[in-house]
Amino acid sequence: MVEEKNRKIIAAFVLAFGTFAALIALYLDVFHREAQIRGGLLVIGLLFLLTGVRLYPVKNRKRMVNILFLLPLLAAFGITVLIPFVFGIFYSFTNWNGIKFTQFVGLNNYIQMFQAPDYLYSLFITFLFTVLNMTTVNVMAFALALLCTSEVRGKNFYRASFFLPNLIGGIVLGYVWQFIFNKVFPSLVKGSVSMLTDPNLALIAILIVSTWQYAGYIMMIYVTGLQSVPKDILEAAGVDGAGRFQTLIHMKLPMIANTFTVCIFLTLVNSFKQFDLNFAITNGAPSRILGAKAIASTEFLALNIYNTAIAKNQYALGQTKAVVFFVILAMVSMTQVYFSKKKEVEL
Amino acid sequence: MNRRKVIHFGIQLVAIVLSFTILSPFLLVLFNSAKKSADIVISPIAFPRNWGQLFINLSNVIHNQNFSYFKSFRSSLFITAVSLTLLILLSSMSAWVLVRNKTRWSDIIFMVFVASMVIPFQVVMLPLLSTFRGLSDFVGIRFLSSYTGIIIAYLGFGGSMSVFILHGFIKGIPRELEEAAWIDGCSPEGTFFRVVFPLLKPVQMTVLILNGIWIWNDYLLPSLMLGLNGRIKTLPVAVSSFVGSYVKQWDLILAAAFLAMIPVIILFLCAQKQIIQGLVEGAIK
Repeated sequence: MVEEKNRKIIAAFVLAFGTFAALIALYLDVFHREAQIRGGLLVIGLLFLLTGVRLYPVKNRKRMVNILFLLPLLAAFGITVLIPFVFGIFYSFTNWNGIKFTQFVGLNNYIQMFQAPDYLYSLFITFLFTVLNMTTVNVMAFALALLCTSEVRGKNFYRASFFLPNLIGGIVLGYVWQFIFNKVFPSLVKGSVSMLTDPNLALIAILIVSTWQYAGYIMMIYVTGLQSVPKDILEAAGVDGAGRFQTLIHMKLPMIANTFTVCIFLTLVNSFKQFDLNFAITNGAPSRILGAKAIASTEFLALNIYNTAIAKNQYALGQTKAVVFFVILAMVSMTQVYFSKKKEVEL
Repeated sequence: MNRRKVIHFGIQLVAIVLSFTILSPFLLVLFNSAKKSADIVISPIAFPRNWGQLFINLSNVIHNQNFSYFKSFRSSLFITAVSLTLLILLSSMSAWVLVRNKTRWSDIIFMVFVASMVIPFQVVMLPLLSTFRGLSDFVGIRFLSSYTGIIIAYLGFGGSMSVFILHGFIKGIPRELEEAAWIDGCSPEGTFFRVVFPLLKPVQMTVLILNGIWIWNDYLLPSLMLGLNGRIKTLPVAVSSFVGSYVKQWDLILAAAFLAMIPVIILFLCAQKQIIQGLVEGAIK
């Protein structure tokens, strides 16, 4: 009993000190005193508060631990995701300049955005790229997966080498490929110019790199799916005289339908969000003349948002584009949830 | 029998050609990092004449002001290591609380975490900068251009996915284990750290790899929060800032790319199986 009393006193002291320190720090904050110590003081105060709460003997200890366990991650999540997200949607209706806003503009940003040819073009080219990339990545990945699950020798080496590009960051790879398109390809094909100088070929260039980088990853998901097909069923089919091709079409494909859904949505979302390669390989270049106006021909939405806000300093407009970007992705995700729910019901 | 052999040989050949093609960009980086600028102009695909040039180029790049390899490597390593440690610890704690306490609040919090996985970085990046700037001014702790800020940002962005993966795993752990510890007089936090936490190792590995690769390679977040020529640079930012100041000096750019790639390649060679498994499991969940 005595021990508990001591503990209570210590905890109370710690709590009091923590509260005191935090309050002084907050006082300095609220009244805009530029004291250097206020940040450190606040952190120390909060640490003491937490220790005090942990030490203090209460009946419902479990509940307190729960709150203490959740708090740090929730705080980080709140200030990095939730608050900026809410503010972001709010700012898209104002004339925000990255620091402050002076008036509400209603839907003006949205109207201005959908009237800008460069944005509409970017929307179109992103959709086009997404569809193309989704197709090439999945076809390539599935072919590689078949290769890696066949009786080829040295499977592990092939798997690892197909997978490797996926581990290196898109920025570094983008610069490497810029070199390949600008120097290596023209030297292989004499008299040709860089693919990156032609709007259509530049898009194909990004497509090549994106497929190269991503196919190995999707391949591994297909490999996992293919390996989960029970061996005895395949053997039974073999005994019944089914050829390789027949077992593939009639047995393996239907059994890994779920894997296809996962891979297709994964590539869909990731192609749509492509930024790093786009930024490092072309950064939107070359320009294409559309109706007497030069438009960056390979600027996908993510890069368009970045350039609008950071390069052209139009924060409100960039933010508005980002909100639309989010809405499109949210719709894609809801479609995915709908599809997988429907499948579960069928099963 | 003969036809089978031909097919077999064909598959083997295709596999060799494909893996060579897919790996060739890495070979090109290696070859051209070992050439002088003039040699690259003559032929970018030729075998380098003198491998000694590789070390000359590398040392030029390492000591370059914009790149400062060791410094950016250390920054990248520090940010990744601290973010991952905290992320594993805090998301395990949160996921455990959310699984073991079925209340309306825990459901709401979990739903918010799951729903937030849809939010793309682009929609929060601009307000994030202003929120962090505002917070810094308010509490007097640097959030932009500082390790504190970027680590908190990675906790926030990595948290939801990590909690989601861990949540699914903890649901499968029998409650009786914890109850036994509880009856033996173990405190709630003791139960978590001594009983539950060690059981989470396999799935924490997945979380570690998934977030580790992403944080190490991330460009947009550090470039916005730390600046392209700020005090602290991560490796991808350093490469980008180097390329910006040495336009078309391919020998040096490729040497920089080589240096940026090599840590990941070494890591991959050492822990190939775990890395592939971690990334694939993360995707399927």
